[in-house]
Amino acid sequence: MSLILAVAKNRLMNLRRDRAAFVLAFVLPVAFFTIFAAIFAGSSRAQTRRIPVAIVDEDGSDSSKRLVAGLQAEAGLSVGLKPGDENAPGPFYTAATAEQAVRRGDIPVALVIPKGFGERPIAFGPGEAPVALRILADTSDPIAPQVLNGILQKVAMTSLPGAMARSGMAELEKWSGGLSAEQKARMDAAIGEIDRPHGASDAAPARGPGRSGLVAVETRDVLGQTKRNPTVTFYAAGLGVMFLLFSAAGAGGALIEEAESGTLDRILATRVSMTPLLLGKLVYLAGVGIVQLTLMFVWGAIFFGLELWTHIPGFVVMTLATALACSAFGLMLASVCHSRMQLVALSNLAILLMSALGGSLYPRFLMSEKLQKVGLATLNAWALDGFQKIFWRDQPVWTVWPQAAVLVGLSIVFFLVARRVAERWEAA
Amino acid sequence: MADGAIPLEIRGLSKSFGDRRALDGVDLALAPGEILGLLGPNGAGKTTLVRSVAGRVTPDRGTVRVLGFDASDFRARSVRGWVPQEIALYPLLSPRENLWTFGRYQGLTGAALDAGIRSSLDWIGLADRANDKTDKLSGGMKRRLNIAGGTIHGPKVLLLDEPTVGVDPQSRERIYAMIGELKARGVSLVYTTHYMEEAERLCDRVAIIDHGKIIASGTKEELVRATVGARQTVLVETDGPIPGPLGARLSARGAAVDGSRVRLSVADPADEIRTLLELFHAERVPVRDLILKAPTLEQVFLQLTGRELRE
Repeated sequence: MSLILAVAKNRLMNLRRDRAAFVLAFVLPVAFFTIFAAIFAGSSRAQTRRIPVAIVDEDGSDSSKRLVAGLQAEAGLSVGLKPGDENAPGPFYTAATAEQAVRRGDIPVALVIPKGFGERPIAFGPGEAPVALRILADTSDPIAPQVLNGILQKVAMTSLPGAMARSGMAELEKWSGGLSAEQKARMDAAIGEIDRPHGASDAAPARGPGRSGLVAVETRDVLGQTKRNPTVTFYAAGLGVMFLLFSAAGAGGALIEEAESGTLDRILATRVSMTPLLLGKLVYLAGVGIVQLTLMFVWGAIFFGLELWTHIPGFVVMTLATALACSAFGLMLASVCHSRMQLVALSNLAILLMSALGGSLYPRFLMSEKLQKVGLATLNAWALDGFQKIFWRDQPVWTVWPQAAVLVGLSIVFFLVARRVAERWEAA
Repeated sequence: MADGAIPLEIRGLSKSFGDRRALDGVDLALAPGEILGLLGPNGAGKTTLVRSVAGRVTPDRGTVRVLGFDASDFRARSVRGWVPQEIALYPLLSPRENLWTFGRYQGLTGAALDAGIRSSLDWIGLADRANDKTDKLSGGMKRRLNIAGGTIHGPKVLLLDEPTVGVDPQSRERIYAMIGELKARGVSLVYTTHYMEEAERLCDRVAIIDHGKIIASGTKEELVRATVGARQTVLVETDGPIPGPLGARLSARGAAVDGSRVRLSVADPADEIRTLLELFHAERVPVRDLILKAPTLEQVFLQLTGRELRE
């Protein structure tokens, strides 16, 4: 027994001296628990995600205005009536501009209230169907249109009580043979009282149990309807970027091995100085990254219907920028670390954190607004956004310039940091 | 490279790391085709001195010039070779690939690179293992490949930092032969070692460094003359303890008597050994063993530094 305890104590003594193993054993799990708890469950102070929605009121009727007001009062929605600043002068969304905004990925969903909605917003019985509301959806976010639909039904109950009463009366008259003049006058007065504004609380969300299916809704997938396999784009890009980072950090570790073995010293005594050495490693890492991403997308195209062949220019631009950024990041990590074990610990922490926040593991659009903004600090988010623009939104190659520029900019920053830190390996 | 430039010229070289002074005003020069042995106890400054010549340490003061070029000058890299003490190779690559790497890093291309790889493999006797993985080679083979990595570009000045550490006697002989070939090609070498016999056998000149200073330099004979002198040592051993009267007579002649052993420093061995043996004969004490030892670098080193070389 004492020998068993001696062996255990020996391992404990080793663990105390091995900072990297210590971090892997105790810090990493806690860090990841915190990150994933924030993403999936939200902290107690975090706000639930508000779904951005553009509303186009083509009807302009009293009913449509009440519906819009009701939707604007919903905490779960962030309603926009105009592109850009709501308070600035400028045109309201039209069905066409709203659809463009959805296609561009500015918003995940838009609602069009068509002309004639106010005349038949709701229908109870058989016969004339109500005028259907149109939801234009980007189904890369499958939650947004469903949430909007649910909220629409709820708001219809609270915002359009007069319309519901009138519709009910029409059915009653139709099937009961009609009301007397006196009964009709009383009903009109009552409906008028229902319609009369009672202050802001009128538009407040209902607190009672909701009913569904009061208003007719047609949902159109403006992007994914032509896609053979809509979700594969997300996974190809998301996992591709994450593994590219792991691979670059691992390969960048060759620098540490060279330093530990004395080979780096020897190299730096030859005609190769530090800057060409790091650039050479960057070229290699980027080359490997390009092959990795290409392999991933070709595989996706062959076996999962990813539409690679029709998006080659955009794929090339995003692959080059992404591979360069990931490689420079890996090189920077390797330069900062003093041992392989340190690199393993730091790269695991950094890459999984970036992948979680940047959307490689879990789509960013399902995160809270705050976390979505935080995610923009990661190169994963920019790479994924660029790939999504090309493969999901079918946007032309020039539209990914912000993503490509950020990735190239990050590459330069990462490389400069690596170069600066690598000075410690130069002549003492 | 200036015509007639000295292969290596070090003047007033000083370097400190924090409070520790690693080199303190070192002056040293290397003649064409000369092998200079650099000896010193651990921590004496050998590695810092070699790394300064390799351009890997920036001096605080003083200059290091390799064939007229400053050690940090890009041009010095082409004429200088460095074989570090570590096996600084890529273990997963083959000897051919390792040589290709270091040849390219030294600027060789095309036919010159191919020729360099071929001749290096022949030179180190690894032509038949050229495509094996380096980590599968024996320790001696790796050492030879390590040397070839620093010489593939044909340097004029070569720094060899303990190139025989951990090598079996057979491989060591092979490395000695390689060093002899380098010297024959006119390469000037700085050779650091912990093996005194290596220094005595290979080096034309020896410099002893301690506490960051060159405390002595010259040929072995010059160093011996300047320190322990030309006197040799006679060691006599008997079967039993040396009797008191004989011990007294030996002590009177300056010998150290310790039980059955006698040590005596002699200037004229032939004459003094004869006298010594006559004393033993007169006292009828049989001599079991007698050794005459010439002064060694080990004695020189011990006298100068107060330490064994391997300390």
